[in-house]
Amino acid sequence: MQKNIAGTEVEVDAEGYLTDMNQWSGDIANAIAEELHISPLSEKHWAVINWLREQTANGVELNIRKVGASGVVDIKEFYQLFPGGPLKNASKIAGLHKPTSCL
Amino acid sequence: MAKIDKHICIIGAGTAGIMLANKLANKFEVTVIDPAKDHYYQPGFLFMPFGRYKAEQLRKSTTKLVNKRANLIAEKVANIDFQNKKLATDSGTDISFDVLVVATGTRTDPSMTEGLLGDGWQKNVFDFYNPDGAEKLHDALKDFKQGTLAIQIMDMPIKCPVAPLEFTFLADDYFKKRGIRENITIKYITPLSGAFTKPVASAKFGHMLEERKIELVSDFYTEKVVETENKVVCFDGREVIYDLLVTVPVNVGSDLMRKTDIVNDLGFVEVNHGSLQSAKYPFVFAVGDAADLPTSKAGSVAHFEVDTLAENIPRFLEGKELEESFDGHSNCFVEMGGGKALLLDFNYQTQPYEGTFPFPGVGPMKLLQPSRVNHWGKLAFRFIYWWMLLPGRKIPFINAQMSLKGKKIIES
Repeated sequence: MQKNIAGTEVEVDAEGYLTDMNQWSGDIANAIAEELHISPLSEKHWAVINWLREQTANGVELNIRKVGASGVVDIKEFYQLFPGGPLKNASKIAGLHKPTSCL
Repeated sequence: MAKIDKHICIIGAGTAGIMLANKLANKFEVTVIDPAKDHYYQPGFLFMPFGRYKAEQLRKSTTKLVNKRANLIAEKVANIDFQNKKLATDSGTDISFDVLVVATGTRTDPSMTEGLLGDGWQKNVFDFYNPDGAEKLHDALKDFKQGTLAIQIMDMPIKCPVAPLEFTFLADDYFKKRGIRENITIKYITPLSGAFTKPVASAKFGHMLEERKIELVSDFYTEKVVETENKVVCFDGREVIYDLLVTVPVNVGSDLMRKTDIVNDLGFVEVNHGSLQSAKYPFVFAVGDAADLPTSKAGSVAHFEVDTLAENIPRFLEGKELEESFDGHSNCFVEMGGGKALLLDFNYQTQPYEGTFPFPGVGPMKLLQPSRVNHWGKLAFRFIYWWMLLPGRKIPFINAQMSLKGKKIIES
């Protein structure tokens, strides 16, 4: 479905995750972060967001363990930066699909 | 029939390894290597804590299960030399192969979590994914009369991802039958955001937990277990206190594969999701839990994967292009307690929906709804496993590729 985020029409799934990571922008990230009460985004937030996008572009399926081993943040910090479900929230802000922790 | 002069070496005589060996042994030279003398029907481990099965009812000798036309070597593989297409066993025997199939499965590794192997391990902290743990948990459950039972998943992926939920439903039923349910609090702790990953099933299971007054603790990624204080701690600081903890430790690939360069960070072999061929060496394939496929780690899935490999290995040996025919098909019974079970059927693209199975509109089994027929199906599966699945016979009406017929599709 279509959704207007930060003045741009983007394609999202039923839970509001962007379906095409190329439609993403910094403004969209800020808008989603605000909706999730995770704002303003700090430099550390951006470091995580950029890392997640880079990994996804390279075809890597993300999970919390991999983020913890990234050298960008440890898992404790990751929870502090994106409270609740860190990977879920960070992925949404980063314009990525919902993490597929597989069955 | 004369065999084709190509040697297929399969490491691991678990569900996937045996099924594949039995499908290929009449056409090719097949060697299966596994040090284990006994093969277990692993879905039975779930019922051991409740006293329904003993370990000896769930095992058979591996030699009896493997086609006599295959060589079975009861040794451990010490090392694989991919460059020269050979491996060495721990007695020093060298074995050359044309195709190597990794079927070494997954195992739980409690050492991956801080504090898990502490003072409480196997006293009031248990893992039921092996016969020893399941048996010890049986003794603990018998003596458990009041307090908090916590069921906890450390990380994904895990073998048989519905097993912890099934254990929880069965425990609820077990305490009810003993008339002590109201003295016991049950908590279900998961790193996922809900009871399950796939949305429709997750909502359904969430509701079933609620009905049974089981508390769901979600998005809980465990930092450590403090067994001296009987608590599990999440990375965000949340704590859950337990009296009895039933945990599913981090799942990892075999030690042998973890030493190689063809696996991911947990030791699962990286393969093409449709053809099961290694990304690194074309003559290497992985099947069953050992592969890094984004679908359930379970025997029913391995069974569908074996169908793909039984086609692709001959194609590879004949120099033909491989088929990417595996679609992630998973088909499993979920025990609900009270003599009922439900059935899930899904693949990479399609989540589990309600409907009938295997005949659209007829059943007799119901998808995603508890029924007695499903429960009988689950119990009967043990016989199907020994007499049809492992010998490599075709199970009537069940196809390797998933079908959408007879399913109620819900937009989520």
